[in-house]
Amino acid sequence: MNRLPRMTPLAALGLGGLAVFLIVALFAPWLAPHPVSAVVGGVWEPPSATALLGTDNIGRDLFSRLVWGARVTFIIAALATLLAFLIGVTLGFYAAFRQGWVDQVLSRLNDLMMAIPTLIFALVVLAVLPKTMVVLILVMAVLEATRVFRIARALAADIVVLDYVEVARLRGEGWRWVVFREILPNALSPLLAELGLRFAFAILFLSTLSFLGLGVQPPIADWGSLVKDNKDGLVFGVFAALIPGAAIAILVVSVNLVVDWMLHKTSSLKGAHRNG
Amino acid sequence: MAEGFDTQSGALTPLPPRVGKGRTVLSLLFKRLFAGLLLLWAVSVLIFAGTQILPGDVATAMLGQQATPQAVAKIRADLGLEKPAPVRYAQWLGNAVQGDFGRSYSNRQDIAKSIAPRLKNTLFLAAMAAVIAVPLALGLGILSVLYAGTWVDRTVGLVTLSAISLPEFFAGYLLIAYFSISHFWLPSSATVSDSMPLAQRLIVMALPCMTLVLAVVGHMMRMTRAALLNVMASPYIETAILKGLPARRVVWKHALPNALSPIISVVSLNLAYLIVGVVVVEVIFVYPGMGQYLVDHVSKRDVPVVQAAGLIFAAVYIGLNIVADLLAILANPRLRHPR
Repeated sequence: MNRLPRMTPLAALGLGGLAVFLIVALFAPWLAPHPVSAVVGGVWEPPSATALLGTDNIGRDLFSRLVWGARVTFIIAALATLLAFLIGVTLGFYAAFRQGWVDQVLSRLNDLMMAIPTLIFALVVLAVLPKTMVVLILVMAVLEATRVFRIARALAADIVVLDYVEVARLRGEGWRWVVFREILPNALSPLLAELGLRFAFAILFLSTLSFLGLGVQPPIADWGSLVKDNKDGLVFGVFAALIPGAAIAILVVSVNLVVDWMLHKTSSLKGAHRNG
Repeated sequence: MAEGFDTQSGALTPLPPRVGKGRTVLSLLFKRLFAGLLLLWAVSVLIFAGTQILPGDVATAMLGQQATPQAVAKIRADLGLEKPAPVRYAQWLGNAVQGDFGRSYSNRQDIAKSIAPRLKNTLFLAAMAAVIAVPLALGLGILSVLYAGTWVDRTVGLVTLSAISLPEFFAGYLLIAYFSISHFWLPSSATVSDSMPLAQRLIVMALPCMTLVLAVVGHMMRMTRAALLNVMASPYIETAILKGLPARRVVWKHALPNALSPIISVVSLNLAYLIVGVVVVEVIFVYPGMGQYLVDHVSKRDVPVVQAAGLIFAAVYIGLNIVADLLAILANPRLRHPR
């Protein structure tokens, strides 16, 4: 990723959206006018000077909760994505490097994990695991790691057979040199693009789990929980649930736009970014 | 390009099956079916292990942290949890293949009896969405290749990218806000029952169906477009254009048949995704299907129900993936004769 393509309007839009999100997540304590669980008015009040976006299902300031939610969403999605990459890339490179039965075992196990749709797998294990944030991050990371493994292994397997790797091996370099100086630099840019896509997916996945009541548990709330809290207002004509929903959508679109720009293409066979 | 495509496929994408001389497509079919069954068995082990071996004790989970040891011991004995895990697995699987999933922990009802009508509802909803989404996605994909690079292409591209990025629950509530709150056109909850006449049922299911269509149409359209554009870049298409064939004919007659195999894969994979997307959509619209049933019982930590529902979801998903493979092989004879 040494040279980025020319900036396009859509890319600028995506970068802008991502920047706003990061700033909000970083400076949440200074940006939020009210503490996260302070009741500042009646139930589902319309926007006013005290509550910029109105109040939620028990009278808390929706704007403040949105600002704090950005932080929760960011931390969990980012940690899960990073952990997924750590697991997926390590095992993927290892499989490609060792080849033979190690590769076979790891790859077949990975196929098995991927044979169950991600959401269903998450629901099945969350039925027995304790509902804590650490567990949530671990479950998300392991499930995402299956997708990362696949790509990391494929990338590394293509590189490992190239002449310069052979040369490095023949002149007696250890595995550390081969992995970090030969394979990693050459696999970096597709992996970075994948990182972006996985991050977008982690945000969607986390929001979905929280929306179903199985992700972040109260009193902490991410954007998915905010949708869940306020969804019952909809039938009374209160559109509070749509605001966090729109925030998630805008964030995911922004990340996708940035990744598209980094890959310098408007469409590819990957088409769009989702997995089962 | 095949690599990027492969990563999307989700489930097991085996090495291209080898076909010797004189063998037929039929033997290939049996091989894939057998591999699928083997995979399903492995998945059942994984699901069982995931719910029984992971830390977290069912009895304590049911009774809460303050439960007395005696109460926990009694529950454990009642549920047969004292037996070793492999024995319980064998019993569970043996019963499951005979259609007996045991009884729910939370309400002691026969799980198979509760699941049957819900599975029917879920499949009906997914099928309805598929019938609308597939032609729509193919049409839009072909349209955007016919008008590649023009505003038509760009608009379709941008709209579908947005549709992909909308979380299902946001799309669902947007549709509710517009169609049932602002305009009172369609009902916001989709509680169907067997006694409901078909016409009314379809009206009630309109919004959940639209949400699902939105969820899959973008991906299918973009992949159709990409597969077509990929073929359009090949020399024989250039020849067709150079000899003066109209664009329409080039796309329909020359490009489409050769792009069919990846398109079929994408379509089937998205149909498999429908089965998952249905979980969220059912919760939004209170639709009495498998997804809602699963989510309800996950919060109740009702392990037998979760196992049964998880296994059925996985089976449908794997089944659709096998169908995807087989259709792709049928559409592209080259896949039948790997080097």
